Amino acid sequence: MRIELTSEQQMIRAMAAEFAQEHVAPIASEIDRDARFPHETVKRMGELGLLGIMVPEQWGGAGADAVSYVVALEEIAKACASHAVVMSVNNSLYCDPLWKYGTDEQRARFLKPVAAGHALGCFALTEPEAGSDARNQHTVAVRDGENYVLTGRKLFISTGREASYALVFAQTDRDKAHRGISAFVVEKGAPGFSVSKTEDKLGIRASDTAELVFDACRVPAANRIGEEGRGFHIALATLDGGRVGIAAQAVGIAAGAYERSVRYARERKAFGVLIGEHQMVGWMLADMATAIDGARLMTLKAASLKDAGQPYTKEAAMAKLFAAETAMKVATDAVQVHGGFGFIREAEVERYFRDAKITQIYEGTSQIQKLVIAREVLK
Amino acid sequence: MKIVVAIKQVPDTATQVKIGGDPKAIDTAGITWIVSPYDEFAIEEALRLKEKRGQGEVIAVSLGPDRVKEALRSALAMGCDRAIHLNDPAWANADTLATAQALAAVIKQEQPALVLCGRQAIDDDMGAVGAQLAEVLGWPCASWIMEEAVDADAKSVRVGRQVEGGLEVFDLPLPAVLSAQKGLNEPRYPTLKGIMGAKKKEIKDVKAGDLGLTPAAPQVAVKNLEALPARPPGRVIQGEIKDAVKELVRALREDAKAI
Ligand SMILES: Cc1cc2nc3c(=O)[nH]c(=O)nc-3n(C[C@H](O)[C@H](O)[C@H](O)COP(=O)(O)OP(=O)(O)OC[C@H]3O[C@@H](n4cnc5c(N)ncnc54)[C@H](O)[C@@H]3O)c2cc1C
Ligand SMILES: Cc1cc2nc3c(=O)[nH]c(=O)nc-3n(C[C@H](O)[C@H](O)[C@H](O)COP(=O)(O)OP(=O)(O)OC[C@H]3O[C@@H](n4cnc5c(N)ncnc54)[C@H](O)[C@@H]3O)c2cc1C
Repeated sequence: MRIELTSEQQMIRAMAAEFAQEHVAPIASEIDRDARFPHETVKRMGELGLLGIMVPEQWGGAGADAVSYVVALEEIAKACASHAVVMSVNNSLYCDPLWKYGTDEQRARFLKPVAAGHALGCFALTEPEAGSDARNQHTVAVRDGENYVLTGRKLFISTGREASYALVFAQTDRDKAHRGISAFVVEKGAPGFSVSKTEDKLGIRASDTAELVFDACRVPAANRIGEEGRGFHIALATLDGGRVGIAAQAVGIAAGAYERSVRYARERKAFGVLIGEHQMVGWMLADMATAIDGARLMTLKAASLKDAGQPYTKEAAMAKLFAAETAMKVATDAVQVHGGFGFIREAEVERYFRDAKITQIYEGTSQIQKLVIAREVLK
Repeated sequence: MKIVVAIKQVPDTATQVKIGGDPKAIDTAGITWIVSPYDEFAIEEALRLKEKRGQGEVIAVSLGPDRVKEALRSALAMGCDRAIHLNDPAWANADTLATAQALAAVIKQEQPALVLCGRQAIDDDMGAVGAQLAEVLGWPCASWIMEEAVDADAKSVRVGRQVEGGLEVFDLPLPAVLSAQKGLNEPRYPTLKGIMGAKKKEIKDVKAGDLGLTPAAPQVAVKNLEALPARPPGRVIQGEIKDAVKELVRALREDAKAI
């Protein structure tokens, strides 16, 4: 067995790395401080094909594979986790299900512009009372002739304010519980659909996290993705892919914090020697490097299983769990290696520390990943 | 308009160059190879010319071992239409003249209206191939260009060439050879579509024999490579400014013999 990227995957990584270092890294601190959505660089990511990586060319995408996606996403996250979440949501949580479950007509209308980067998509599953327990959907969609009427609230939706299209999950048949959930594309500007607020957050501050409100919002039946009652299945299958993306984001955050730590340990002196030469600091760096390598390999494995069309629910959950825990631990130690300077904005590792936290929470908390893994191993 | 871009694959700018076991060559283990940055300006300019004119063909040519295919693929990913790889052990020790002769032979076959290359490759920094190529072809040449404008019927090109304190402007009849200086343009990133499409484009392998060439013994041979001597540590002159300045002047005059 040899683990080596193909020449296309290497070129894609090199392009993403160069773009990220030249255009994303320089603005990362500022957009974090101001909680400002980076329209300009996100637009360029679309032009480069980074927002529809796995979608076939016919539908506006680049026609590359999931491995290409995760190596590119890691490079973007290494520079800025906010850019990475926008990229991850657009690719994994919006384009992927539209490509997989949409009809050709739906792909032409709702997928093509988003895969090509002309507009953004978001994924709206979570509700005030449906987070980890995503089955507990209170948003309802009532059939009325050629339309459905949606009523309810969606909480913490990434890119919720900026997106032109939302993939929304709602109950079409309450009696059937989660087998009564269906998926709809709701376009920005649809009457009865509004963004009520955006959250002020600990991390990924440049990505907008919004609350979506549906107040008797009429959605054409032609906007329903998949059969009635298939929504929850679509959501879970989509999250498998999404978790591989978040794993890659976490690896990128960890790698960015680690690289800065190595650099600092080579420059900073205490007690007459470079701090890296203190065994305790060297050990922190060794643990970081080891965990990052493991997390990266697990992420690549999950992505390559997805590419091979094999089951990968367990591997995606494992990669997401391990990478998220790694990101948090590495970022925490990165602040430590930097001493007092690590606590100061200028050092930038404090941003990685704040950004790392979300990877343990969204697309299933670390606890929920363990639940998924346990269920799989006990099957 | 047909344009040939001559590119060279070089070690990444971040590479810590080490001398190899054979002191005539560098140790290539672990090196990341890239397209020489000045050649990227040349590629970009060729692509812009084609786009501006709405038609044409851009062909990337490179001489070197198998690994050079990667550099050609990068050029294809940026948007070049096809590539030619001059790949033959007979060119293993090619100096700039032998390289120019090989490139000239393939360019004669292709008959482009314009040849673009970088002002120099960032590995050996010879900066000779462009001019030698023009000489072998018998074509006009402008080096270190900062801007160019090909006339409507592709009969001539006006170029701005960087000189100290200004720009020298020339008109050259086509075909001609131009070498790109930084500032000519901002090279594009290859898009994902470009990268995915690159493998469908042709990279033609060409041997010396295919061009009717028998490379002559190189005129320039590397005798030996030596690492730069380690930089001596700097010196901080302590004390009152008045005395320190005196000491600085003395040190510059007597120790460093700089003034
Ligand atoms: C910045 C941000 C962006 C987000 N983006 C999106 C988005 O784009 N789309 C979307 O739909 N959602 C999004 N979310 C929502 C996110 O997926 C949920 O917040 C997450 O799934 C956790 O749900 P919750 O917040 O309701 O926490 P809860 O479910 O209330 O969990 C609270 C705690 O209980 C634990 N817990 C719950 N159930 C169990 C159990 N069975 N066993 C053990 N422990 C358990 C959890 O692990 C956690 O520690 C986002 C959230 C944030 C903060
Ligand atoms: C918000 C804030 C408030 C502060 N307030 C005050 C204050 O009021 N008054 C004041 O005087 N100072 C204050 N400080 C400074 C603080 O006490 C120092 O930052 C702290 O002691 C660490 O020193 P350093 O930042 O120089 O880190 P360094 O000493 O450079 O440490 C860098 C890393 O090397 C490790 N390291 C260093 N030496 C060794 C060793 N021998 N063996 C193993 N590991 C080693 C450290 O543990 C750390 O991980 C403050 C700092 C901050 C951030």
